[in-house]
Amino acid sequence: MKESSFAEVVEQIEPGMTVMIGGFLAVGTPEKLITGMINKGIDNLTVIANETSYPDRGIGRLVVEKLVDKVIVSHIGTNPVSGKQMNNGELEVDLIPQGTLVERIRAGGAGLGGVLTPVGVGTKIAEGKEILQIKGEDYLLELPLRADVALLKAWKADRKGNLIYRKAARNFNPIMATAADKVLVEAEEIVEVGKIDPARVHTPGVYVDMVFAGGGDGE
Amino acid sequence: MVNKTEKREIIARRVAQELQDGDVVNLGIGIPTRVVDYIPEDIDITLHSENGFVGLGPAPEPGKEDKDLINAGGEPVTIKKGGAFMNSAESFILVRGGHLDITVLGTLQVDEKGNIANWMIPGKFVPGMGGAMDLITGAQRVIVATEHTIKEDKPKILKECTLPLSGKGEVDLIVTEMGVMEVTGKGLVLKEYNPKFKLEYIKKKTEAELIFPADLQEMN
Repeated sequence: MKESSFAEVVEQIEPGMTVMIGGFLAVGTPEKLITGMINKGIDNLTVIANETSYPDRGIGRLVVEKLVDKVIVSHIGTNPVSGKQMNNGELEVDLIPQGTLVERIRAGGAGLGGVLTPVGVGTKIAEGKEILQIKGEDYLLELPLRADVALLKAWKADRKGNLIYRKAARNFNPIMATAADKVLVEAEEIVEVGKIDPARVHTPGVYVDMVFAGGGDGE
Repeated sequence: MVNKTEKREIIARRVAQELQDGDVVNLGIGIPTRVVDYIPEDIDITLHSENGFVGLGPAPEPGKEDKDLINAGGEPVTIKKGGAFMNSAESFILVRGGHLDITVLGTLQVDEKGNIANWMIPGKFVPGMGGAMDLITGAQRVIVATEHTIKEDKPKILKECTLPLSGKGEVDLIVTEMGVMEVTGKGLVLKEYNPKFKLEYIKKKTEAELIFPADLQEMN
């Protein structure tokens, strides 16, 4: 069943899960799902996302509520609470170059054993990683990332789960749609099947497990 | 004495001269963002925004902000005619795959071998690298736009970076309020200097060994 109620969707998220959450500085992040997780107190989460956003928006709210044990992100600088919890030992932070992060997620969703990237060669990022020489150049072997659930924000969805994202709210969402056991989508609007031109679909519904109509962000 | 605002203007204005018609360019946060104010009107530059588009335009008029349109620093922006949105994987395909002509970044430290350190000060400041490492490694040309020193006296342009690196040997050009320095096989060459500063003073404020070429010019 693709179209679901908000409660049915939140039901899928459990304490201790590894959760991918779409968005870039809260643009393209499913805020209603985050509120749902906070209201149910779903904790001990490992969050894979671009960054930890701001204390009052997006993923940052989960950090502030201390629901997150570990983040796998490219940046935490916009959320001082993340830095504070990291220094206190309350939050484990794995910092990954943004392009490597998204490629690792892509590899996880694409059935690849990893990716080879020149990014990070000769830096701290390379520590403990296998270096392969291809045509005389050094590359780091970066392993795939997958999650138990992916929480995405779409603009329009149809009842089969085909998704369109709006403007820069696309970001990590379509990649994460491929890399989790369950893909849960908060769409601003759900339309009838056939209303979305197949040529305009960003994420084919075959990747999506559940979608609910969350309305706009009210901004 | 050159104040902070003047310094930033000098740097941004000079970096803008490095851009050529048709270039695809990423401008980092801080001084690099201001380069856009000095791009000559007769050249066409496409700006890339890591969060997933090309054709980055100026800030919208107050009240015209779009909740789904920000730059990589989280500020409301616009997209120009002919721009295009893309997902994050494609955004970094563009960066790493040789499709980005120039990246302009600020830094904590940079050295004469072209090493750059701009993502953490262990134990003090650990924001993360965001897209910076990909940009530094992937862009065809890496330009560092930074004030010459940290708070008037502490050198930022070093013999060797002491902070964790963001990229090794990747920097091509360093532009500060005091001059323009090119990283070469022989070392750091001061190509242009700002006549508001004496050469001895610039030398004193640079820990790296500066090479003064015969054709040293004044910065415009």
